[in-house]
Amino acid sequence: MKPKRLLAGIVGLVLMVLILPLPLPAQDRVISGRVINPADGSPVIGATVVPKGSTSGTSTNPEGAFTLRVASGVRTLVVSAVGYIEQEIDITGTNSVSVALAIRTTSLDEVVVIGYGTRRKGDLTGAVTAISAADFNKGPQVTPEQLISGKVAGVQITSNSGAPGAGSRIRIRSGASLNASNDPLIVIDGVPVDNGQIIGVANALSLINPNDIESFNVLKDASATAIYGSRASNGVIIITTRKGVAGRLRLNFMTTAAASAISKKVDVLSAAQYRALVTEAGTPAQKALLGEADTDWQEVIYQTAVSSDNILSITGGIKKLPYRLSLGYMNQNGVLKTDNLQRFSGGLNLHPKFFNNHLTVNVNVKAAYSRSRFADQGAIGSAVFFDPTQPVYSDSAKYSSFGGYFEWLDGSGNPNTLAPRNPLSMLKQRRDIAEVVRSIGNVQLDYKFHFLPDLRANLNIGCDISASHGKITRFPTLAAAWLVGGTTSKYAQERTSKLFDFYFNYTKDIAPINSRIDVTAGYAYQDWIREAPAYPTLNGNGSEVAAGNPTKTQNTLLSYFGRINYSLNDKYLLTATVRRDGSSRFSPDNRWGTFPSAALAWRISREKFMEALDFLSDLKLRIGYGVTGQQDIGEDYPYLARYVLSDSSARYQLGDNYYFTLRPQGYDEQIKWEETQTTNIGVDFGFLNGSISGSIDFYFKKTKDLLAVIPVPAGSNFTNRILTNVGNIENKGIEFSVNATPVQTTHLKWDAGFNITWNKSTITRLSKVPDTTSVGNEVGGIGGGVGNTIQIHSVGYNPYAFYVYQQVYDENGQPLEGLYADRNGDGVLDLLDKYRYKSPEPQVYLGFSSQLSYKQWTMSFTMRAQFGNYLYNNFRSANATYINFRYPGYLLNALTNVLETNFEGSDSRRYWSDYYIENASFLRMDNLNIGYNFGRVHESIGLRVSATVQNVLVITRYSGLDPEIAGGIDNNFYPRPRIFSLTAVLDIF
Amino acid sequence: MKNKYWGKLLLPAVIMWMMVSCTKDLDRKPYYDVTSASVYEDFNNYKMVLAKIYAGLSTTGQQGPAGNPDVSDIDEGFSNYLRTYWYLQEFPTDEAVIGWNDATLQDLHRMNWTSADAFVKAMYYRIFYQITLCNAFIRETADGKLNERGITGDNAEQARIFRAEARLLRALSYYHALDLFGNIPFVTEDDPIGSYYPTQQTRAEVYNYIETELLELENLLVDPRQNEYARADKAAAWMILAKLYLNAEVYIGQPKYTECITYCNKIIDAGYTLSDEYRKLFLADNHTSPEIIFPIAFDGIKTKTFGGTTFLVHAPVGGTMIPAEFGIGGGWSGLRTTKNIVQLFPDPNGDLDKRGIFWTDGQNLEIEDISAFTDGYPIVKWKNLTADGEPGSDPGKEFPDTDYPLFRLADVYLMYAEAVLRGGSGGNTATALQYINELRTRAYGNASGNITAAGLTLDFILDERARELNWEACRRTDLIRFGKFTGSNYLWPWKGGVKDGRGVEDWRILYPLPASDVTANPNLVQNNSY
Repeated sequence: MKPKRLLAGIVGLVLMVLILPLPLPAQDRVISGRVINPADGSPVIGATVVPKGSTSGTSTNPEGAFTLRVASGVRTLVVSAVGYIEQEIDITGTNSVSVALAIRTTSLDEVVVIGYGTRRKGDLTGAVTAISAADFNKGPQVTPEQLISGKVAGVQITSNSGAPGAGSRIRIRSGASLNASNDPLIVIDGVPVDNGQIIGVANALSLINPNDIESFNVLKDASATAIYGSRASNGVIIITTRKGVAGRLRLNFMTTAAASAISKKVDVLSAAQYRALVTEAGTPAQKALLGEADTDWQEVIYQTAVSSDNILSITGGIKKLPYRLSLGYMNQNGVLKTDNLQRFSGGLNLHPKFFNNHLTVNVNVKAAYSRSRFADQGAIGSAVFFDPTQPVYSDSAKYSSFGGYFEWLDGSGNPNTLAPRNPLSMLKQRRDIAEVVRSIGNVQLDYKFHFLPDLRANLNIGCDISASHGKITRFPTLAAAWLVGGTTSKYAQERTSKLFDFYFNYTKDIAPINSRIDVTAGYAYQDWIREAPAYPTLNGNGSEVAAGNPTKTQNTLLSYFGRINYSLNDKYLLTATVRRDGSSRFSPDNRWGTFPSAALAWRISREKFMEALDFLSDLKLRIGYGVTGQQDIGEDYPYLARYVLSDSSARYQLGDNYYFTLRPQGYDEQIKWEETQTTNIGVDFGFLNGSISGSIDFYFKKTKDLLAVIPVPAGSNFTNRILTNVGNIENKGIEFSVNATPVQTTHLKWDAGFNITWNKSTITRLSKVPDTTSVGNEVGGIGGGVGNTIQIHSVGYNPYAFYVYQQVYDENGQPLEGLYADRNGDGVLDLLDKYRYKSPEPQVYLGFSSQLSYKQWTMSFTMRAQFGNYLYNNFRSANATYINFRYPGYLLNALTNVLETNFEGSDSRRYWSDYYIENASFLRMDNLNIGYNFGRVHESIGLRVSATVQNVLVITRYSGLDPEIAGGIDNNFYPRPRIFSLTAVLDIF
Repeated sequence: MKNKYWGKLLLPAVIMWMMVSCTKDLDRKPYYDVTSASVYEDFNNYKMVLAKIYAGLSTTGQQGPAGNPDVSDIDEGFSNYLRTYWYLQEFPTDEAVIGWNDATLQDLHRMNWTSADAFVKAMYYRIFYQITLCNAFIRETADGKLNERGITGDNAEQARIFRAEARLLRALSYYHALDLFGNIPFVTEDDPIGSYYPTQQTRAEVYNYIETELLELENLLVDPRQNEYARADKAAAWMILAKLYLNAEVYIGQPKYTECITYCNKIIDAGYTLSDEYRKLFLADNHTSPEIIFPIAFDGIKTKTFGGTTFLVHAPVGGTMIPAEFGIGGGWSGLRTTKNIVQLFPDPNGDLDKRGIFWTDGQNLEIEDISAFTDGYPIVKWKNLTADGEPGSDPGKEFPDTDYPLFRLADVYLMYAEAVLRGGSGGNTATALQYINELRTRAYGNASGNITAAGLTLDFILDERARELNWEACRRTDLIRFGKFTGSNYLWPWKGGVKDGRGVEDWRILYPLPASDVTANPNLVQNNSY
């Protein structure tokens, strides 16, 4: 594998070496010209003029004039200025030009992709944020969603771990549901993609190459999302990939090399500290267990991981067929030893036009193959509490059957079943390797009718297919599998989603009444099949130690949708949408749902009375209301009464035979959509020709018929808890975002963006009968004991509020072990004294990005912050007590926090002490990037290089590794590494 | 240009075809699961559904040992029917302490459990899950339904027996609910599946229902010892009746000792005999025992669970004990007993009474710290070894083959003796003494441990039950019947969470209905004082 892995990097390097020494072309010429405002012929002062493909140029003087020396090969100049649309000027055969720049009416003329169509940004009536490639986060990004982390108000993107390709939890305006999915709908080039768990890859989205992406459009409020009906409650992210550009062949090659390392370790006792502690306080038996070594187990399991990413893209046109082809190869090692992800990706886009441009065809095929080796992440926790006085390896004969790794053994030489396992052995003696192929493709035909060009028909046929298979091998010498002589197990999965949608669009300017109408009506069909065969787990002798059952489920969504946009005088805008969805997940009585929305916008800045306010280039008020749904409930047949077969290890003996059993499943015949009503009021503003623009939005979301898992009355169903429509949840919030270009001169430009969101979620109902006695539904499993939870959903509180005892402190602020406040004052400390304390969701979160360019240099960074989010420090609650060296036959290390609390650990209620709920507000610099553009290093070759640091710094008072953990429970967290990378980009024209 | 019309014609045609043909695609059916509508069409499925009801006592879901649970919201292994039943019957007594911190486990020792208790909840929902399974099967196997589906002849005959067994298993679970919770929601095969609120019945009403059912079932079940292994027969029904009558003073305030003796006699007359050795009742090949009236079956490969005998074999192994001597790969270092039980025996090593074998090496008799495995003696009777010392079938040495003797003859002997001593008629002291001495002779290997008529007292019976049936989930019911469970006239280490024991409120003889069900079902009234 190794040579292959390096191949792409070497090719890049060789190319660079070949190109760099080439002398610059000698024969220059001088171009002079003038840049004017077309409206009044006045000079445009300070406009930038550069040869195309270069970054060094000149700027216009107070008369709008410039002179510029250019190389003989240069045929095109690029002229740009704040408030004007960039223009390319052909200078073939002329040395003198006059340029009339078109005024940019801010960015409002940009076209934004919305569901089933596009809109001019200025005509939008909903809360939509568009982020294009120029604004993406820099540095090697393995998964697409990380490109916009911190960039959009109201959107939280939290990576789940530091593992290669790990997924992220994406929340748009907080979750609208408790038990149904809170993930937004993701649509790639018109195909709503399967965002479910693909077996064999850490994250389904990591199979999309981020470098193929041109833009993200985030639809946040219901008036924007309702066209997606039953899948729109959590917002919609529309991803558009790069398209072919007609013209000459252009190649772009990008290569990145990166090194990542952990930046912090969990604070545990050193070998010396631990030895001293056990020697002082331990029994003779415990002292006898101490070893001689000095091992930093966290040092042992982590590594500095190198990775590389290489992408070649080719665009051009063959006759009238514009195409873009991209090929990528990425190889990323994890900081946890043995973790690795390799991804080959390819993308092809063709978009020819036929019949005098009446028929536009757009073909997208994206395919990726990944090969992952998954490290056993259990080693992370094991390394935290493994005894530091023990060696990694031992020559002693009793460890020879465990591959020479030190293990805790019982008297008979078997691994002690309760002790942790050697962390390095867990990594090295287990191989979990999976291969996945995923392809997303679609063909879109857009036909403008010959007899009626205002009418278009659009047909989109797409699919999203993945196939995975993997194998886990546990070596016979792995302590956990030693008794059975090692195991092997296989797994596989296929997921297929088919899409068909079709719509008519009619757009007409009706000049006599200063109106424009835009009507869309369509039909969509999408079908998903998930299938996994069953493989038994076999032991070293080939006998079966675990069985499995195959699964295959299917669901189908069928929809009709329509949208009307009406604009009057370009000032008053109306959008109304409706979607009717039928889902196979619900019974015929409940399967159809209708999701309407309406929104009004008023472009105040276009009013006569606003004309005097020159500095105000845009002011728009938006008001929208809509109803959206949620049917992504994780089950495909929740309404059907059905029986499920057991696997072969859950059979039961009757007589001489062991019978497979048939179990009736709990079901809710009445189950239906969750419905979210969203009201959004927003203002968009722009000053100084759009050099400052932004928006502020107020939203209020109310979800009713909430799909929640609640207890069923005992005896009334084949389960004790069922997913049913019950309860309400409310989210309200304010979002503010602003983008500005505070500085722009010839050589210096500074773009900055800032966004801030305040959100509050409250559960307002959670049972079928009004209920005052129930504490709520306990959730959030923790490490420590089995079946313990730390969070609760209860009426009147945030979802996932921590549910804890109130710790009592002495006068010095030291927590007193086993003492908690008797909050209900009944003289007894019991479960009734628990209270709801804080939650993992931040009250306020913000993002700040900055991009500075000076001549050929650029410098950019992105920062994010959250306030009011709390974490349960489970590492501390479970492993910061002296009980850790009082287990029978083995020793566990403890966190240094034990020296502060002096907790013995015999009182298990400490797991629920609010002492371990910590404020995890933070400020994080996600990335810092410095780039240099060499411009043309050869007649037709441009070169750019950049250096990036990701996860640069985190400022927080949280005592654990990382304050940002989705779900709020810090236990066994795979640390996010700090990544240093170098990137070189070659543009070949 | 000919192809000018291509787009105009083909597109709409494709679209119309798609739109028309697709609406019925919304009727998706499962690929592997069987819909309820069709499952009872095929007689072969009947026994698989019945097997599920039996398995409800043994496994925790459709994937062994865990992964597709029947009840949720609590760890699957913990919530195993037998394991939770065992927890609730043993932990608030002198027979067992456990060192773990799982959920509210320690509250069972402290006897301060609340209506939010995880284990109370697990038992309750397991019981009602079982009852709901039974109800559905009983409903679907009614004669009318069998006729409708063309199930006739021998198949119909079989189905009727299956149905009787499902009714018996329902009565068993109702009996557990009666004993543990008292006043409970009540559902039968006449109640539907879906959104409704079952009504509550009092302990006395439930008692009457169980009695009526069992008396009817007496005639419908297979004769004793004539059914397949692990399937219930008439003796199982008699056994529940005997237990119901023995405890009737607790349940309904009326003595029913005569009826108890009647049913003990029926069982004894059915031809069961004691195992020749006490130890063989708790080993991997105990399915061969002639003493077991009704077992819960487990298997190291085919019936895997983290509850049941997996728990019973693993949990008491720790300290200096060698797991291989129990047929397992490693112990769970949790379970011990108090000195009150140890001191019921002449010595802790089983030198005289072979029922009293404790692990003492490295262990302290006194319990200073419940969480320290070395405080208290483990009882070493549950093993995954055959009588010949061979380990069970699981190559991983994790899941035992050992079945659980839910009902066995020794218990019947003890019930008979107790009912006689409590004044029931239909039996006599001499026979009682003979039965007791049969047990003691087996325990001692000879007559040296036998007692005289003078020694046969009620207090002796309670102690003898602890000697014979320790760690077999009888203790709480026994202590309640003898008035020693609550109050302060009998204390044991850590009773009520205090090292030397404390008096406990009388209302704790019933467990609370889980708060979650009181909330979900407005018809329910919580038990007193909870």
